[in-house]
Amino acid sequence: MRDASWSSTMEVSFALTGNGYVLLAADMSAVHSIIKVKTDVDKIKELSPHLLMSTSGEPGDTVQFAEYIERNLRLYHIRNIYPLQPPSAASWIRRELADSLRSRSPYSVNLLLGGYDTGTYTPHLYWIDYLGTLAEVPFAAHGYGSYFALSLLDRYHDPEATLEEGLAVLRRCVDEVSKRLVVDPGKYLVKVVDKDGIRVVEL
Amino acid sequence: MQYNGGSVIAMAGKDCVAIASDLRLGVQSLGISSNFQRVFPVTDRIYIGLPGLATDVTTLHEQFRYRVNMYTIKEEREIEPQAFTQMVSSTLYERRFGPWFIEPVIAGMQKMPNGEYSPWIAATDLIGCINFAKDFVVAGTASEKLFGVAEGLWEPDLEPDDLFETISQTLLNAVDRDAYSGWGAVVHVITKDKVVTRTLKGRMD
Repeated sequence: MRDASWSSTMEVSFALTGNGYVLLAADMSAVHSIIKVKTDVDKIKELSPHLLMSTSGEPGDTVQFAEYIERNLRLYHIRNIYPLQPPSAASWIRRELADSLRSRSPYSVNLLLGGYDTGTYTPHLYWIDYLGTLAEVPFAAHGYGSYFALSLLDRYHDPEATLEEGLAVLRRCVDEVSKRLVVDPGKYLVKVVDKDGIRVVEL
Repeated sequence: MQYNGGSVIAMAGKDCVAIASDLRLGVQSLGISSNFQRVFPVTDRIYIGLPGLATDVTTLHEQFRYRVNMYTIKEEREIEPQAFTQMVSSTLYERRFGPWFIEPVIAGMQKMPNGEYSPWIAATDLIGCINFAKDFVVAGTASEKLFGVAEGLWEPDLEPDDLFETISQTLLNAVDRDAYSGWGAVVHVITKDKVVTRTLKGRMD
């Protein structure tokens, strides 16, 4: 695998879909080698009224890339009145990463893209890595958290679950990572997107 | 080639061809998705399978869609499997010294001068060297196993239903011996006037 720094792989983010919503959770810590520098970082960007994106990876790249995506999607929204729907936004973001991969200075950014399609009234979740690999999935995770969370989600995920049930499953994932990962990532930020837009929710 | 895993096989029958693939997407040994499509329709009678690096699966699928659309507009006709195979080959060879990490498999029904259709299956390596076969072609992480099982199960002039059974058993049994392939499968059986697509359950371990 690619040589990744501690900070980028110790990051944890999960997401899952439920009945009409997508939940995204990401840890809030910024780490430099063995030092926890910050514990209030928002790694989940609000790209448009119904689109969320969590970023992890190389510290500088994540912010640069997320802002580039955010501003271009905002521009699209202003020009066309309607924002890009999740499937189209996912395709475009993937292409940006895929082109970047074979450029002189590729972005090393892994993403989870969650959105609510206001045209078809369906939630969408996409798993995207720094290579430009795109997969639409019912639940997803990046970083070391994926080794714990994916097996839990295999067992407990329900695509028809209510928000409360979804949050309960998410809590299981967070608790398991705190319990079994050598370093507890600390606090998590949880955001949900549904027909009413984006909200921050308490775990 | 091994990073995301995945395998594709194509077989020729009597007035039909079949192409099948597993549905796994992984990152090394970690499974990410059990519904990752890597076989795509090109025309009503051509399908292409793109096993290899998953980012290039999507990029090449988009690239081929663009090139086939341009061909259709300029030529005012649909592309035939033979021409499409050459298009795949030259697209890959364009990146000779920095290749797409994909080993395409093509299956289709080729229109003959007399108006009849004949089976066409071909595969290329990652830089576009064409392998045209009369029986079957394989690619992906389970390719060695696919060769073995296909060599034992395939026979000439299979009818569509029998070809479906043969290709399904070949794929399912080959991917069960490969850690990087599996997690379900999809099979397309192509005849001159229709395509039958079936999704198969597989072992989930």
